Amino acid sequence: MKNNHPTVLRAEGIDKFFFNPTKTQVLKKVSFEVERGEFVSVVGKSGCGKSTLLYILSTMDTDYQGKLHMDGELITGKSSNYLSHLRNEKIGFVFQFHYLLNEFSVLENIMIPGLKLGKLSREELEYRAMEKLRIFEMEEHALKKAYQLSGGQKQRVAIARALINDPLLIMGDEPTGNLDKKNSDIVFNKFKELAQEFKQTMLVVTHDQEFAEGTDRIIEMEDGRVIKS
Amino acid sequence: MLARFKQTAVAAVGVMFSITMFVTLLGFMNGLNTMLDGLVLNRTPHIRFYNEIKPNPNQPLDIDDEFENTWKIIRSIKPSTSRLAIYNAEKIIENLENDPRVLGVSPKISSQVFFNVGTIDLTGVVNGIDVEKEAQLFAFTDYVTSGNYEELNQTNTIILGKGLADRMLTGIGDVIQVTTAQGNKLQLKVVGFYQSGLGDYDNSNSFASITTVQKMLGEPPSYITDIQVKLHNLDLAPAMARELEQIFTIDADDIQTVNAQFETGTKIRTLISYVVGITLLVVSGFGIYNILNMMIYEKLDTIAILKAIGFNNTDVNRIFITIALSIGIIGGGLGLIFGYFSCLGIDRIPFETEALPTIKTYPIDYNPKYYFIGASFSIITTYLAGFFPARKASGVDPVDIIRGK
Repeated sequence: MKNNHPTVLRAEGIDKFFFNPTKTQVLKKVSFEVERGEFVSVVGKSGCGKSTLLYILSTMDTDYQGKLHMDGELITGKSSNYLSHLRNEKIGFVFQFHYLLNEFSVLENIMIPGLKLGKLSREELEYRAMEKLRIFEMEEHALKKAYQLSGGQKQRVAIARALINDPLLIMGDEPTGNLDKKNSDIVFNKFKELAQEFKQTMLVVTHDQEFAEGTDRIIEMEDGRVIKS
Repeated sequence: MLARFKQTAVAAVGVMFSITMFVTLLGFMNGLNTMLDGLVLNRTPHIRFYNEIKPNPNQPLDIDDEFENTWKIIRSIKPSTSRLAIYNAEKIIENLENDPRVLGVSPKISSQVFFNVGTIDLTGVVNGIDVEKEAQLFAFTDYVTSGNYEELNQTNTIILGKGLADRMLTGIGDVIQVTTAQGNKLQLKVVGFYQSGLGDYDNSNSFASITTVQKMLGEPPSYITDIQVKLHNLDLAPAMARELEQIFTIDADDIQTVNAQFETGTKIRTLISYVVGITLLVVSGFGIYNILNMMIYEKLDTIAILKAIGFNNTDVNRIFITIALSIGIIGGGLGLIFGYFSCLGIDRIPFETEALPTIKTYPIDYNPKYYFIGASFSIITTYLAGFFPARKASGVDPVDIIRGK
């Protein structure tokens, strides 16, 4: 894609403490790598620190010790504006909750990260957004407002939004956590499709065993440590 | 962010309302101020030269060497016998007219008289004026409510104060008899009525030409008791009065000293209207602050996701500042327009009083200054109202919000 460094993400000895109410260590010397094109899932019990790890990897949480490389570049200690730009360009997010903006149409929701990046014109972005929607068979809903969609549809739009800037990496935090079985399957199949057809690198935190088994690699965490990767 | 259109509109209406009120209030207040000031200030000379009747500051006792180092007490000092007339008035007038700071000079004689009505004598004042100059410098014509002021140029004519005329039961064209303090009697023809708006003044004052008054008093044509000066710049009056007092060795009063209480009144009225106007704006500023704050709580998710997908603090900050400023600009702009219209409206409301013959509707001041102040204040207050919520919004940590779900 933009840079052909084979390792998309490398974490080296990440330590993370929570200070409220008392000092507790949630991540202990976490180290692993994600290769280009890999579909990785992180599993573990509730409270083992997998979400915390994801937020650190996503660059949103900067309060940690250790080193984080993305695309061969050390990003620990960079300014928050630089990280914002990095997130915008290189990372796509899918959360448990869809976080679509109700005031805007589906198409506009997808375009927002692209508009922020500002590399493409509005017309090009619209075209690309439609393309992404087509992947999810959602093109007929493009002009609806976000709140008019069902839960599963919203989640698919959220994934399309994550894809708009052709990110280096897609991060998911329990993307199917809020969905029923049927929708959850649809979303999972979409993830698989992205991995197989588009060679999209993905890192997904989940506690859905079934979902994890469908991925290329499982990183298992327990009590703040990676026990199997 | 556009979804909160209703709230935003309410905030904008709030700003609009306060700006409207601000502009109307200031326009109206200053209109009234200008009118009231005009009542007195238009007719008041900026500097007035006259001979004051006062005791001689150099009493004979002071001159005597024998009492040089003693404590002197003199009782019952009487004013020295000096004339009321100004010495060498013609030369002084000529000098003043050549002064670049002076707009115009108008001589005047003021004389105490009795108006004889049957067996009754009414005391009053006849002001001998140079009709043309008085009209040009002191808006004399504005206050002549009936009759033709130009007829005053003929000798033996008089314009009576309205109150005085009413008491004497005279109409235009009647002839009245005047007795001066010296005992001279003269018949004068009434050619008009004068109404200043100050009742007391109109009850005792009347106007005649300088020559008429000189004739009445039996004085030569050089006899002048007052020289009235109008300046280009009113603020120079006190300094110039002091300066010219020395040069002409004559008493001089400047407008600021004479009308100090008027200045104060005007200043305080202006101050009050500004305070009220700014209070309105500040209140609406708090309204905006509140609405934006609520908006941030409602939109925490949105802010979080915007940050997650790559909007930085500055972007979020800008969004909220933009909202606040657009409220300010739209509300302020509409407010200025509505304020102007409401001024136009007030300008049409009839306002007629006996005391103010020249005023037919409520006075309004359309000075662009007030619109400018209104506009800048609407922008400043809305910016400040937006500044703190915006800072709060930009400080939102997306991890906290997203994790919380």
